[in-house]
Formats: sequence, C-alpha cells, structure tokens
Amino acid sequence: MSSTSQTVKAGGGRLAALTAWIDARFPMTKLWKEQVSEYYAPKNMNFWYFFGSLAMLVLVIQILTGIFLTMNYKPSAAEAFGSVEYIMRDVNWGWLIRYMHSTGASAFFIVVYLHMFRGLLYGSYQKPRELLWIFGMLIYFALMGEAFFGYLLPWGNMSYWGAQVIVSLFGAIPYVGDSLMEWIRGDFYISDVTLNRFFALHVVALPIALIFLVIAHLMALHEVGSNNPDGVEIKKVKGPDGIPLDGIAFHPYYTVKDIVGVGVFLIAFCLIIFYAPTMGGYFLERANFEPANALQTPPHIAPVWYFTPFYAILRSVPSKPMGAALMGIAVLLFVFLPWLDRGKVKSIRYRGPIFKFFIIAFAISFLALGYLGTQPATPTYTTAARVFAVVYFAFFLLMPWYTSIDKTKPVPTRVTYHAH
Amino acid sequence: MRTKLLVLIAAIAPVAAFAAGEAHLERAGNDVGNRASLQRGARNFVNYCLGCHSAKYMRYNRMAADLGISEPQLIENLMFTGERPHDTMRIGMNPDDAKRWFGVVPPDLSLIARARGTDYLYTFLRSFYADPARPTGVNNIVLPGTAMPHVLWELQGVQEAVWEGSVDAAGNAQKHFKEFKPGAPGKMSPEEYDQFVRDTVNFLDYIGEPAQLQRTRLGFPVIAFLAFFSLLAYALKKEYWKDVK
Repeated sequence: MSSTSQTVKAGGGRLAALTAWIDARFPMTKLWKEQVSEYYAPKNMNFWYFFGSLAMLVLVIQILTGIFLTMNYKPSAAEAFGSVEYIMRDVNWGWLIRYMHSTGASAFFIVVYLHMFRGLLYGSYQKPRELLWIFGMLIYFALMGEAFFGYLLPWGNMSYWGAQVIVSLFGAIPYVGDSLMEWIRGDFYISDVTLNRFFALHVVALPIALIFLVIAHLMALHEVGSNNPDGVEIKKVKGPDGIPLDGIAFHPYYTVKDIVGVGVFLIAFCLIIFYAPTMGGYFLERANFEPANALQTPPHIAPVWYFTPFYAILRSVPSKPMGAALMGIAVLLFVFLPWLDRGKVKSIRYRGPIFKFFIIAFAISFLALGYLGTQPATPTYTTAARVFAVVYFAFFLLMPWYTSIDKTKPVPTRVTYHAH
Repeated sequence: MRTKLLVLIAAIAPVAAFAAGEAHLERAGNDVGNRASLQRGARNFVNYCLGCHSAKYMRYNRMAADLGISEPQLIENLMFTGERPHDTMRIGMNPDDAKRWFGVVPPDLSLIARARGTDYLYTFLRSFYADPARPTGVNNIVLPGTAMPHVLWELQGVQEAVWEGSVDAAGNAQKHFKEFKPGAPGKMSPEEYDQFVRDTVNFLDYIGEPAQLQRTRLGFPVIAFLAFFSLLAYALKKEYWKDVK
C-alpha cells in the first residue's frame, strides 16, 4: 500500500499515475507525441490546408448521423421510402439528422475536391508523397462508392434511375458486361435485393474501408511530413534539437487554427441545413421525393453534382463503351500524377507560366464539365463538353511535356512566412 | 440491357428539351410562416382534396399542433371519416376503383409540393379550362390530358382557353395557348380564387415537410452560436500564434 501511494506522489497526481499505468501497457503518450504534439508541420500552411481536417470532420459527422439513421431506416423496397419520411416526420430530430447526412454527402465532396486541388497547386503528390497521394485517391474512390450506394437508399425515383444508369455503365464492358451487371444488382433489374446489398455496402463495408484508408493516409503523412505552399522540405533544415526550424508543433498551433476552420465551415454547413437543405435540387433532387417507379423515368436523369464532371465526359462520347472507358480513365488519371509531373519544383509559386496556364484551364474545364453534366445534352452543350473534355485530358496527358520544358523559378531553402 | 440504356439516354434529351418549353408557371407566393393561411389551406384540403388524394405520411394531430388547432376543433372541423387524431391522412377510396373511374390512381399528396414545386401546383390548379373532348369536360394547360376533374369548378367557374395559331419552320400548323377568358362564373372572384389556391398550395408545401417550421426557427440561434464560437476560436488562434515568428 505504502509503495503505491509513493508512486502516485512521484508521478505528480492521480491522473499522471493513470497515464503512467497506461503507458506501461499501451503507447498512449508515445502516440500522442508522435502524431500530434510533437508532429512538426510547416508554419506557412495557408487557407488551402483547412480541407484535410474538415474532411475528417465530415467523415465523423457522416458516421455519427449514419448510425442514427440506420436505427430508423428499413432497407427494403416496400418500406425504404416510407421509413425516410418516418425519419423526417416522426423521429425526434430525425429531419436534422437526415439533413446533416444528406448535406454532409455533398460537403464531403466539396472539401475533398478542394483538398485534392490543393495537392495539385502545391505539388503535394510529388516525391516522397506518392503513396500518401495514392491512399488519398483510394479514399476518394471509396467515397464515390459510398455516395453511389447511399444514393439508392432513400428509394426515390431518382435513386432508382440514377442507380440504373450507373450500374448499366458496367454493361459497356465487352463480353462480361451483362453478367457483371446482374452480379452487381443480384437481380435482373434494380430491386429489393439490390437495395439490401447496397445498404450492407454503404453502412458496413465501405465505412470500414474508409476508416482504414484514412488511418493509412495519416500515417503516411506523418511519416513524410506535410508539404506546404512553398513546396520546401522543412526537414532539410533542422535546429540543434533536431526539430525543423520552419516546423511548429501540430498541437497546439494547428489544432487551434483548424478549430477556426471548423467554426466557419459549420456556419456554411448549418446555413444549408436550416435554410436550403435541398440546395435548389442539387443536394436533394425533386424527382427523389417520388417513390421509385420502374415504369416511369424522371423527366431528366442526371447524377448528383459531384459525379457530373465525369458524367459529362461519358455523354460527350458517341460510343457508349468508349465513353464509359474514358470516364473511368478520367477518374484514374489522378493516381498517376506523381509520375506524370516531371517538374523540378513542387509549388505553383515557383512553377513557370505554362503550368499555370494548364492548371487554370483544368480547373475551368472541371467546373464547366460539372455544370454541363447537370444539364440536358443539347448539341451545343455536347460540343462544349467535348472541348472541355479535351482540355481535361490534355492537362494530364501533356503534363510530362509541359512540366519538363516550363521555366521554373528558384526555390528558397526556407519557407516564406510573415508573422502577424 | 445495353440497348435499353441507349434508348433511355436517347429518350431523355428530347423530353428534357420539351420540358423547358412547357407552360409558363406563375409564382405561388405562399408563405408557410402564415398560420392563418395554413389553417385555411387545411380546411380547403380536407374539404376538396382528401376525398380522392391521401396524405399518408401526415398525421392529423401533428398538423393540429403545428397550425395552432385544438383537438376538439380538429375533430369537429377537419376529420370526417372516423379516424383518431394520431392517424395519418388516409382515404377510403379503393385504388382499383380509382383506376377504373379515373384511369389512374390519384397520387398521394404528402410530398407533391417537394416533388413538383409550389409554383407548379399553384399554376396547375388555376389552369383548368373547358374542353368537351375530355371525359371530365375539362383539360389543363400545365398537365394536358390530366385525368383530374376540375374539383374547384364551383368556386372558380369554368374558364375557356384562347389559342393562337402559327406555322413552324417545317410548315406544320401549331396551336399555342394565349390566355384564359372567363366562361361560366363561379362563386368566387378571380382574386378570391387565387387566394384559395394559394392557401391550399401553402398547406401542401407545409405537409411536404412539416419540420420546416421548426427548421427555419432553429437556424438563427445555431448560426449565432457558431459565429460566436468562431470568433472565440479565432482569438485563441491569434493568441497561440503570437509565438510563431
């Protein structure tokens, strides 16, 4: 007894004793230090660096609201639509939970697209961050699957026909297409069976994959260290204590900074939830307030906005198998960026004019394709989509050429930072 | 299946193009914050719509609570077929009978305002006109060939449609709707009828999402809190970042 109380005193209180007890059995303090309080991040990270932590926040929102939705949702063709209305009307705060989840789906893609664009701006995919980038892309693919499976669950008419169109894309694969579609649906058409398996994938399989991928993404990040708007490796210049001179501890500096980002993000998020939860038909589509009907197509079928850039590419190609192939390639090309980019510098700050021209053209074409994908395919729009699709592919496929001939500026050895 | 999709994609483009050229929709101008209008809308709905159209996701007592109607008032004035207050607004009409009588089963109206929009409903209910060629004696500019009779004819009267002709590029004669002219008068003036429709559409808007009353009320305090929180967080960030040189 006396020896125990001595240990407590030596450790400086009960809490410290508990910490010591845990640390002897589990690397709690070690993990905290390595991953947070002694993880040194560049001090010059700017606005674009908020979106990584915001993506984590949205993931947590989606998982928590998803758990509560699952408690009241019925994954059967006969009951799904009614159970969503039950959540909206009879479940206490059900409408809020559901709008958080539906708005969260779109918010997830907004922050992830901005997070990815940050990677393009500052060359965050370049050596030694290739695997970090690939884990990120796998997260993006898992997210696309998660969004697609989740979109069927309300069992509205747009859910039904949207799923029909996307599943049929697999039918474009030669030889195995038709049987592959049957295998995905588990039936000859989108049915109760399909809904039930999409539910399983949406609430169990993909969330687990997402969580593991996020952990891998963070571990890779903390191994190589964060990039920054100058694209300078801060680990190259260390102080006598072995800490990068341009690095600051993630906690407290970036935790307090990210909390500001969280506050501002939540204001925008809540403005949508409370005042425009359907976002004029972009987040929740009108046709989805009618139950799934296999005999009646909605007047205009388009996927939700976050898939429309790729959908516009698909539609712009006259041959369907070619269109589906090009759409797949358009998504996959991101994975190869670390090897397509032959630039000597990372950040756009030190890149030459050709890269700047191409990245602006790419951003414009991505947004334009996104808009065109929501619109009916009139001849004018199809022509426009073809032009923008060419620009989209040119950004990737010409990259080895234009990044190697581009005139870059000299990169400083230290990051640029002005204290305020 | 592959050909089916191609047919589908080919079918979508012209339909969508046609949709853009549909009847011009008038602004409903309803306000779900206007409780008196919602109460009148509820009265109109149970008297004129609920015979054929259900609102199977809407509970009577939820409506009463949201619209400031007491339970005796509810039972006395708005419930006619022996339901209990916690029941949803279902109807006695058998779908098979409905199909035989009208050709289609009248749709449930719980979510009609969310699916079609209030402007659509407002314009639809004001766009019936006499058409002896139809079994109901009326047709509708917004939904040509609708199976729905003009349930509100006693109130609005039966107006006539005025058409104008033109010849399109291919040389075919085209008929365009120009305007309505008054036909047999109804019990209400046009202004009274518009208000009647607006109240009804307002009620349909409300039953599409009863939580919207709560939602818009809750928005301000939540966002005010978040703004205060963000300011505090910013001050904290400033304080910490003083050491970063």
